[in-house]
Amino acid sequence: MSQGTLSVPAAPAAAPPRGGALKRLSRRNSTVAFLLTLPLILLILGLVVYPFLYALYLSMLNKRMTRFIGWENFTFLLGRETFWNVVFQSVLFAVSAVLLKALIGFVLAHVLHALPSKGQRKWRGMLLVPWVIPPAISTLAWWWLFDPSYSAFNWALMGIGVDPVPWLGQAGWARFSVILVNVWYGSPFFMIMYLAALKSVPDQLYEAAAIDGASGWQKLRYVTFPMMRNIISITVLFSLIVTFANFDIVRILTNGGPQDTTHVFATYAFQVGIQSGDIPLGASVSLFMFPLLAVFAIFTLRGVNKRSKEMA
Amino acid sequence: MSSTTATPFVPAEIKHGSLKRERRWALIGAYIALAVFVLFFMIPPFHMLMTSLKSSAEIADLSGNPWIVSAPTLQNYWELLTEGNYLIHFRNSVIVTTCTVVISMIISVMAAFALARMKFWGSATLATGVFLTYLVPETLLFIPMFQIIGSLGLYNNMWAMVLIFPTLTVPFCTWIMIGYFASIPKELDEAALIDGAGHLQMLWKIFIPVALPGILAAMIFAFTVSWAAFIYPIAFLVSSDQMVLTVGIVSDLIRADTFQWGKIMAGALMAALPPLLVYAFLMDYYIAGLTAGATKG
Repeated sequence: MSQGTLSVPAAPAAAPPRGGALKRLSRRNSTVAFLLTLPLILLILGLVVYPFLYALYLSMLNKRMTRFIGWENFTFLLGRETFWNVVFQSVLFAVSAVLLKALIGFVLAHVLHALPSKGQRKWRGMLLVPWVIPPAISTLAWWWLFDPSYSAFNWALMGIGVDPVPWLGQAGWARFSVILVNVWYGSPFFMIMYLAALKSVPDQLYEAAAIDGASGWQKLRYVTFPMMRNIISITVLFSLIVTFANFDIVRILTNGGPQDTTHVFATYAFQVGIQSGDIPLGASVSLFMFPLLAVFAIFTLRGVNKRSKEMA
Repeated sequence: MSSTTATPFVPAEIKHGSLKRERRWALIGAYIALAVFVLFFMIPPFHMLMTSLKSSAEIADLSGNPWIVSAPTLQNYWELLTEGNYLIHFRNSVIVTTCTVVISMIISVMAAFALARMKFWGSATLATGVFLTYLVPETLLFIPMFQIIGSLGLYNNMWAMVLIFPTLTVPFCTWIMIGYFASIPKELDEAALIDGAGHLQMLWKIFIPVALPGILAAMIFAFTVSWAAFIYPIAFLVSSDQMVLTVGIVSDLIRADTFQWGKIMAGALMAALPPLLVYAFLMDYYIAGLTAGATKG
């Protein structure tokens, strides 16, 4: 916000006579800078880049990790029906959950924004609670709510004369349930992001639109939406990454069941790699996520860069 | 805004009134929508609380109302705190989280200072790299990490978490600290340089105090992430005395087919309490910490 105002200070006039000293200073500067960033660089190289390259290597070994087998793990997976189920479910899970979260978040942000600012804080505080509880913890509560014999939802449904629902016992319902829990957990994040974006839209734009006789819908379509487009795309892309790679919710609620219908990449990789002990195959499952994640990440980065240029 | 000279036209008055009424209805609609969502959002925590206050007999009784507790008891909490490993898990979580927060803050504040204020060879690339690292989900790397931790002899050791968790926290903390440091006016640096301060003095005496809200936000982010981390603990920790809360609750309270739901819910509620308390008291920093990535930079 307040940078670049003093970009041409003092230096030019004094530079020629003190060239050597300046050079020495800047060399010392870069040494200090290097030392300050060294832990970060080591962390990224040692615990992110190296594991990633190691995963590539691991994925090309046989199950006992004694022999190099090239692409065999990948081709093996591509020939398995279960794997295609995982691909389908991951995409279904990520896309529908993110769409619902974005929609609910957008609606809630608008509704909150319409409130007088006095009450806003209180409501906002309550609406953010799902997002504050660690998902591995809150999913336990959902698990108990979905319990086959003690489900509190089914008890309430029976009260109004509806048959009990096999929340986690049937493929369709289980898919619905994991998406529901993810939406419950993630909507507040979208809400808070959109609320911040809404607050940053200048009031004059709405006044101008009102003078031009714009209806509520037109204001939304031609003022709010264009102003928020960037933040919406950043949030959606970011959430696609996180949701696509989700582990906690599926692992606790269904552990992939019934009949592997709710497995996503992460839980399937965990089952294959850690639980069944086939590390190379598990690594290959995880790596299948990479191309899609890379695309999302590049677009997110583009959005963020564009936004920081706008704000500068 | 409105002109004071104009005599109040009748049509304008009517329009004004209808606008007011419209707004009132919109407000009522807003409150109804909010109430519905608050209800939906609060169901799991509420049910958690109710179950945690029930005795095992009341939970098992299928004829009772699952949403309401008829004979509240603190027995579940008492048993968790006096027997079993719950307190060990809680202590492990506290140790791991504290260490992670401290390590993350040291690494990220130093790096962010260099990246925000000293242009050096490759600094722009490194800043982009930091952001991309933040976008790498832990589920992509847990299997090679499993092998690495094993080869370091840290399998089933909670200190392995202290080694790994910074990969989840440092990139984002660095990213928000770059944003906060960049917003500090350059005049402050110049004043410090004129007074003969070195870079480290500048960091310590000016940047850290001025950017304290940002540091608090980054700390809260690091705390939340390492308190909630799940996949690394579940993959790397197998014996109960090394487990952290997120995995300990389930592994200890479910024996074969017996689910001690009352205790599970009590344990889950107490495990959710630290982040909830931080949130309740530092809501603005909390929100800033967890959303800054997209709003700041």
